[in-house]
Amino acid sequence: MEHVLKINGQEHRVDVDPDQPLLWAIRDAVGLTGTKYGCGVAQCGACTVHLNGVPVRSCQTFVEDAVGAEITTIEGIGDKVATAVQEAWADLDVPQCGYCQSGQIMSAAALLSETPKPTDADIDSAMSGNLCRCATYQRIRGAIHEAAKRLEA
Amino acid sequence: MLPKKLQAMNFAASESSVAPTLSRRGFLISAAATATGLAIGYQVLGAKASAGAAGGPLSPFASYVEISEDGVVTVLSSQFEMGQGAYHGLATLVVEELGANWDQVTVRGVSANNDLYGNLAWGGVAQGSGGSTSMATSWDRYRKAGAAAREMLIAAAAQSWGVPAAEISVKEGVVSHASGRSAGFGALVKAAASQPVPTDIALKAPSEWTEIGSESTKRYDRVGKTNGAQDFTIDVKLPGMLTAVMIHPPKFGATVAGFDAAEAKQIAGVHDVIAIPRGVAVVAKDMWTALKARDLVTVSWDESQAETRGIDEIFTEYRALAEQAPTAMARNDGDAAAAIGAAETVLEATYEFPFLAHAALEPLNAIAHRDADGVLNIYGGHQIPDLYHYIVSQVTETPMEQIRMVIMKTGGGFGRRAVGDGDVVAEAAMIARAIGYAAPVKVQWTRENDMRGGRYRPAYVHKMRAGLDKDGKLVGFENHIVGQSIVAGTPFEGLIQNGIDQTSVEGASNQPYAIPNVAVGLTTTDVKVPVLWWRAVGSTHTAYAVETFMDEIIEATGGDPVQYRLDLLKDHPRHAGVLKLAAEKAGYGKKALPEGHYHGVSVHESFASYVAEIAEVSVEGGEVVVHKVTAAVDVGTAINPDTIKAQVEGGVGFGLGSVLQEDLTLTQGAVDQGNYDSYMPLRIDQMPEIDVHIVESDAPPTGIGEPGLPPIGPAVANAVYRATGTRVRILPFAKGMVA
Repeated sequence: MEHVLKINGQEHRVDVDPDQPLLWAIRDAVGLTGTKYGCGVAQCGACTVHLNGVPVRSCQTFVEDAVGAEITTIEGIGDKVATAVQEAWADLDVPQCGYCQSGQIMSAAALLSETPKPTDADIDSAMSGNLCRCATYQRIRGAIHEAAKRLEA
Repeated sequence: MLPKKLQAMNFAASESSVAPTLSRRGFLISAAATATGLAIGYQVLGAKASAGAAGGPLSPFASYVEISEDGVVTVLSSQFEMGQGAYHGLATLVVEELGANWDQVTVRGVSANNDLYGNLAWGGVAQGSGGSTSMATSWDRYRKAGAAAREMLIAAAAQSWGVPAAEISVKEGVVSHASGRSAGFGALVKAAASQPVPTDIALKAPSEWTEIGSESTKRYDRVGKTNGAQDFTIDVKLPGMLTAVMIHPPKFGATVAGFDAAEAKQIAGVHDVIAIPRGVAVVAKDMWTALKARDLVTVSWDESQAETRGIDEIFTEYRALAEQAPTAMARNDGDAAAAIGAAETVLEATYEFPFLAHAALEPLNAIAHRDADGVLNIYGGHQIPDLYHYIVSQVTETPMEQIRMVIMKTGGGFGRRAVGDGDVVAEAAMIARAIGYAAPVKVQWTRENDMRGGRYRPAYVHKMRAGLDKDGKLVGFENHIVGQSIVAGTPFEGLIQNGIDQTSVEGASNQPYAIPNVAVGLTTTDVKVPVLWWRAVGSTHTAYAVETFMDEIIEATGGDPVQYRLDLLKDHPRHAGVLKLAAEKAGYGKKALPEGHYHGVSVHESFASYVAEIAEVSVEGGEVVVHKVTAAVDVGTAINPDTIKAQVEGGVGFGLGSVLQEDLTLTQGAVDQGNYDSYMPLRIDQMPEIDVHIVESDAPPTGIGEPGLPPIGPAVANAVYRATGTRVRILPFAKGMVA
């Protein structure tokens, strides 16, 4: 069944089941692979994308529910907040293996859009759904604070 | 990760017949004891080294560094990148000596030439990454490669410009002469490659280093890991590629008796459903189609040879064995039993350690693609590439030289990508062959496949005893370890010497404290749950048992946890050095901690690196909260200080999750956990502040991928005791705090 998905501002026609998880449509049908599969049950956050600016787990979002929405993936975030987050991530050398970091950055960018000056507790609360098996958490906290600081300046 | 002392490997195909299923005897890695140590048979796989055709010195350009005519410097890495920063570490060595600019540098994994890429920390017998050896094996090799390449670029420039080589310098990717002439590497590389290879290569003195030891260098690959550009095996796209998902046996040791895929094959896009020796594979046009079809396949299993015990039965057996005499001794100084028998005070404790899953974020995967030239390309996270190369050759009956291993960075490893039977790599090869190489095929395990796919940190029981004489002096120490061997029945079983699998006892058999009578024994158990090295291997449990039991002993003597250890570490200055530094930086015994906060201390050497950690902990409503960890590390020369800190931060987080709440259990042989909702690595809200200090040293570099992990469990446990009076001897804490 054909659906039109608007991803990163561009329309993609995909022929998939309406109940297919958005994750696999993005990765296999559209071919954007920055969004990662880690668990399939919304426990790790590696598949986080924005739906109309709100972070969602794409492994638990049906394609039919994403039709008509503005879908943003790691390849497409480029606003001021997201750019500040990505730059802080690189400057603090956050990634180790890097596999979870797309999802971490999507969650962090959403947090800073809502809460420009997050506390450690705000960060823990917003980011606890994103697992990092390399445990880069200390630097994730630091990079979010750093991005917040730069955005304020 | 592999043990440091991987002494011997022999992948030689000893059997002339090539079976479609794997013959373990075909790639037995063997070690033969001799008077001088271990003498080893090893057959190099694949193409032989291109060491100068006439036997001259090896060109760096044919082996370790590629420079393109547009100036891209590609470091050819013998070491595997799983997040620990090995690629960046090797690149640092090359950039330092070559004089390259970081913006022009990238790294690619290479294999199939053991003369070039064999791990020198393992005596060069095999290529592989493990035991935190990547910097040790590369230290001279990659610096020399960079320096040789620099000298050849200079020689080419000297020739071209007609000036003396001595007047030419190289800096940040530019070759220049005082006359003002300059050129990039790309413009010179063609001429450079035909220059004589220098034989006497002068390396920079430490005082000249600008990259090694630099605090400001950032990882070369960081940007691609913040914008989705970094590709892993899961992201590889090949024209017409199919995706396979696996149905594995529900119990270890079970095999496929039969299956019905009629309904699954009705699904549009399903290519085939096939049985291979490791289970049933559902092959489809994409992941979701394969997953949907998989739900419709029914498989009947032959469980006659399967492991059917649950975790309680396994621990019951282990506890009983722990009370008996060990079947082999790993260390026997003096007479520990007699000393403890005659002691004034005897302490005893039994520890239980669960199975642990690696649970890396990228579930296991591999791709097999026979291309138009008949070359079988195998993409994956190949931590031991030559072994996997051999396995693929065996299971596909393809000559070695027609197989190309494509080494991908992997989304976390922690030891799981170094497995003796090649598991997912073998599956990709088997499936590709079974579908007649009709298309490239990617095998992608689901999280549940990965969690239930075996290869865990083994479960262990430690029985400890110690004796203090009437003066309170520690006179005897016994440690009996009960659990499975990681290497038995694998290509690495040559590591078992005199009945001792070193990976079971490391960290206990070499515990450093000056005690007159020490006995460390081992009883190896027979359980069919497949096990594997898991970040820091033996030290994941031995450090906990030794360092928490030592804390009990110190308490019984009335001593101080830091000073008492230091008193027994007089012959071990590097242990003592990190302990002193950590204590000083943590303000141990000096700084007033907040109400209800306590310090716990631990020090441990693993893989020739020394780490002390002091944890600041409180227990709130039964919940352990780790506020801060102060770590001091001695890794010899610190090549990338920031990477070292990152690895200690990560090692602490990885280890903390394991002691707090990771617990892989079985019921009647079936694994209970399937996903991160029931098997729970550490999350950000549990992550302490971590403060890492590096001991200044000019000793040769050792590794840091693993050594940051072992001290965290005992440091936290020792603090928890101070907070609660409870000695946690059953892990994880989620279980042991209430037991």
